[in-house]
Amino acid sequence: MAAVTTTPRQKAGWGAANFVVIALALIPVLWMVSLSFKTPAAILDPSFIPAHWTWGNYTQILKTSQFVRPLVNSIGIGLISTFIAVVLASMAAYAVARLRFPGKALLVGMALLIAMFPLIALVTPLFSIERALGLFNTWPGLIIPYVAFGLPLGIYTLSAFFREIPWELEKAAKVDGATPFQAFVKVIAPLAAPGMVTTSILVFLACWNEFLMAISFTSTIAARTAPASLAYLSGSSQFTVPTGPIAAAAVVITIPIIIFVLFFQRRIVAGLTSGAVKG
Amino acid sequence: MSMSTQVTAGAGAVNQTTGRRGRAPLSEGARAERRLGWTLCAPAVIVMIAVTAYPVGYAIWLSLERYNLELPQDIKFVGLSNYAAVLSSPYWWQALWVTVLITVVSVSVTLVLGMMLALVMHRTLFGRGTVRTAALIPYGIVTVAAAYGWYYAWTPGQGYLSALFNYSAPLTSQYRAIGVIILAEIWKTTPFMGLLLLAGLSLVPEDLQRAAKVDGATTWQRFWKITVPLMKPAILVALLFRTLDSFRIFDNIFILTQGNNGTESVSILGWDNLFNALNLGIGSTIAILIFICVVIIAFVFIKGFGTAAPGTDLERR
Repeated sequence: MAAVTTTPRQKAGWGAANFVVIALALIPVLWMVSLSFKTPAAILDPSFIPAHWTWGNYTQILKTSQFVRPLVNSIGIGLISTFIAVVLASMAAYAVARLRFPGKALLVGMALLIAMFPLIALVTPLFSIERALGLFNTWPGLIIPYVAFGLPLGIYTLSAFFREIPWELEKAAKVDGATPFQAFVKVIAPLAAPGMVTTSILVFLACWNEFLMAISFTSTIAARTAPASLAYLSGSSQFTVPTGPIAAAAVVITIPIIIFVLFFQRRIVAGLTSGAVKG
Repeated sequence: MSMSTQVTAGAGAVNQTTGRRGRAPLSEGARAERRLGWTLCAPAVIVMIAVTAYPVGYAIWLSLERYNLELPQDIKFVGLSNYAAVLSSPYWWQALWVTVLITVVSVSVTLVLGMMLALVMHRTLFGRGTVRTAALIPYGIVTVAAAYGWYYAWTPGQGYLSALFNYSAPLTSQYRAIGVIILAEIWKTTPFMGLLLLAGLSLVPEDLQRAAKVDGATTWQRFWKITVPLMKPAILVALLFRTLDSFRIFDNIFILTQGNNGTESVSILGWDNLFNALNLGIGSTIAILIFICVVIIAFVFIKGFGTAAPGTDLERR
């Protein structure tokens, strides 16, 4: 790479390509931000930049429990689901990456099948089951399926990370008399921490983003998550279109993602490219 | 269906183990390793089976019943007549056509754009981190939030895109609405495609590219004769992932059109039957039919195109 000489023309070409990518990625997001700062009167003005800026939409949604409670639900359900999924997935991924046992191929196949599953096919029966078990419209009613769908992602990403760990250390620990379990907890787990952070981010983003189950398994703000609440903010008022508040709510639920991406870009890219496809 | 074969395969594997144990006794270490393997996997397996395998079985059962939540006294086993009802309904075929159209167009466009994005992320001379960060935003953003952005952008009188195109209202006519849905899908999923392709791109040896350049191959020739053939496995896996993901499209349509104006996908149709018509029987039938479609797509990719199932890499180790 170092030997390749770059002409100013090439530089300009790649600069233009960079610019196009960045513009295409950001313009729709900036449009949402712009909408969220428009006054109700200016909503009917299609210009990209608001003529008058206002925080009114934000203060309005942050005052109503119709949005704040779902936001709390989203954070709580997302964090709990992510924690459980990553703990269970790292146990399974360790086994997949390191141990020899029959049924491994079956586990990997099952995870793959679930990762590609058409969610709607599960929504119908799960809706019925959750109603029977009293899980409908509760946190566990969403956490349990979120864990199940976080597991395949977690197992794939983590087992890719676990394969990169210097396993001689584990052998050394075993020579020193550690059981396989001790070797796992004391030696490997700390080395695996970066992979686990990455996996946690990916699983959390998936939970944060989820919409179909969130609208299907909830009926009130007791368990409804933020993306689902957006759909209800709109449905509630047919005559006054709540464009500004919805845009503000959309921006609020986008902020954590932008923060994650800004801070963990390298890790997220590594996680996404290492997990599923390796040649 | 493939779920049940998986389960039988599992039972077979267990029998095999006992057989093997009878023949050659395992060492204490190997047995401990095997026990640990099972113990570590057990919780994940239990959760995944409880949330997927069991409900799928239950859905199959529900699809054979007349079961409307509004008529709880009228629950009856009706055999395959739900399937006959769905398969003879124009709504199902319309929804299937819309879904296939959205999937084929959005996945092909995403493949081309994703490849360009991957090349930019891989080769750009400066600002690589910035480009990757920007590209991750559509990937990470909540689909529903982005969908509202597109919805307002295309609403006449409110949106900059509508204003740009002569105050048109594309969401009110079938094919233009499908166009907007496809656009929203492409914007959201191109980064994911790009990242999967980037993983494949980084496996193409630099030496090979340089050797071809010395031999006089143009950039275009190198791309088609070296990069693409070497990336074929990555491309096929990315296509498989994206196709199956696109086939279950729900969020974007739900926000953009609610399935009106003939834009219902199969997932929207299934959801409508469950939550608007409260018909568990028909809803489950649609769910099972979607599941069968997905199995067929996966089968075609894995057998037809020779896609290595993404798990095989793990299985070998």
